[in-house]
Amino acid sequence: MSDATPLARLDDVGLSHDGGETFILRHVSLNLHKGEFVALLGPSGVGKSTLLRVLMGLSKPSEGTVTGPTDDGGAAEGRSAGKRRAQALVFQDARLMPWRSVLRNVAFGLEGLGLNRQEKRERALDALRLVGLEEAADRWPKRLSGGQRQRVGVARALTVDPDLLLMDEPFGALDPITRNSLQDELLRIWQQTHKTVLFVTHDIEEALKLATRIVVLSGSPAGITGELTIGAEQKTPDSPAFRMYAARLRAMIAGEADPGGAPYWRSAEI
Amino acid sequence: MKAALSRRQRVALSGLGLVVFFGGWEAAVRTGLLPSGMVPAPSSLWQAWLDEVHGGFWQQAILDSLSHYALGLLFGSVLGALIGLLCGMVPVLDAFLAGIVHLLRPVPGLAWVPFAILWFGLNTSGATFVIAISVFWINFYAAYAAVRSVDPELYELASAFGHGSFLGRLFKVVLPASAPGVMAGLRTGLGQGWMSVVAAELFGVPGIGARMMQASSLLATDVVVVYMLTMALLYAVTDFLFGFVRLRVLRWQA
Repeated sequence: MSDATPLARLDDVGLSHDGGETFILRHVSLNLHKGEFVALLGPSGVGKSTLLRVLMGLSKPSEGTVTGPTDDGGAAEGRSAGKRRAQALVFQDARLMPWRSVLRNVAFGLEGLGLNRQEKRERALDALRLVGLEEAADRWPKRLSGGQRQRVGVARALTVDPDLLLMDEPFGALDPITRNSLQDELLRIWQQTHKTVLFVTHDIEEALKLATRIVVLSGSPAGITGELTIGAEQKTPDSPAFRMYAARLRAMIAGEADPGGAPYWRSAEI
Repeated sequence: MKAALSRRQRVALSGLGLVVFFGGWEAAVRTGLLPSGMVPAPSSLWQAWLDEVHGGFWQQAILDSLSHYALGLLFGSVLGALIGLLCGMVPVLDAFLAGIVHLLRPVPGLAWVPFAILWFGLNTSGATFVIAISVFWINFYAAYAAVRSVDPELYELASAFGHGSFLGRLFKVVLPASAPGVMAGLRTGLGQGWMSVVAAELFGVPGIGARMMQASSLLATDVVVVYMLTMALLYAVTDFLFGFVRLRVLRWQA
């Protein structure tokens, strides 16, 4: 998998808001391969969301290069050929437009792609169906629960048929029960659509549950302090493999506290 | 706190207030408490109104004033809201105009009357100009404040979904997000506009204000009051109609 050309890559990326005096991110290199579900794990406020925005093209890196999927890249087939966006973002706060109905919120990213009214409607409805909210199409966002709002945010991102789906702690503000069911749905959608996902979280268990690969972002300036490939055995909660990986991830996150000490996972790396 | 009044009770009480107001007024004039030469009795207003209607003055005054009002409101609101929106969106324009705005803002609409007469004459254009200026500032500030309070995260959302250009931000974010503020400005302007109509016409442009001026010079106080009430009625009607537009545009706030 790692030999293939990555779908998107960050190469020695650094970001500074004061002209290079202090850096938020430094020397970050990351390859994302087609079909992967990568969790970007790190403590709150470390710069995970910033990294996502750099990858999305919303922030310009001060150093290094960002190569994202291009608009006509990927295997664009069928009715969405050419009428899609290379990447889409799901925000932590759902970020729906209160003046648009649910359906028109979902269709937001479809506007400007040269689709007619009917096509936009159908694709937005398809996406809503995928997240199980078809019946809420004509409702106003303020009439939705937190979990429903987040589903709409996911549908809005999916409907542009992106190669790369970027998710910024999308379930962080939800109650545990809703979070759990949305995680299950996201996995189902990922298996159905084979999207490449980069999922930001500070929750180790969430990362282990969802991802095929976990990348740890830590330190100040933040850099990648470790990564693990996750197999089926590590996904069973409370199994020894799960607990062992959780412990290693905790160590990677804390690695910043003792930069001089040799991080023990190096020797244990597969 | 006492329990809130029901809608029915509020309407009934407000009707009672009006009855007390007009009843007290009528009584004060009849008992001589108020000199009838200075204050017309409410009971005399009906006849005064009928005379105005039969002479065709009332209808003509309303038509004249409505045309000043509509034109002044149109120019003042559109220009005010547009420039306010642009200033809110474009920092360079905002900074460039800041000095001019501070210079011109304190000048009351009425202070422009000499220039209105000089530039346009005692006609529809002159009255329109005065009304437009007083409405302009209300809409300018309302739109400006509305744009400045747009949640910046919505701009990021627009960029993330391919609408990060100036026009994309304008049409997909700024206009809908600032609609409540702009509508509030329009509504305030709707009321301010009627005040300016009278002021602009007092100087001789035909309309309700001019008719009031004529009547007062003849000490026909009942006619003056008829037109005062006419203004109140026209304002109530425009505000009521605007309520429907507002409800339609801001459906999502309901």
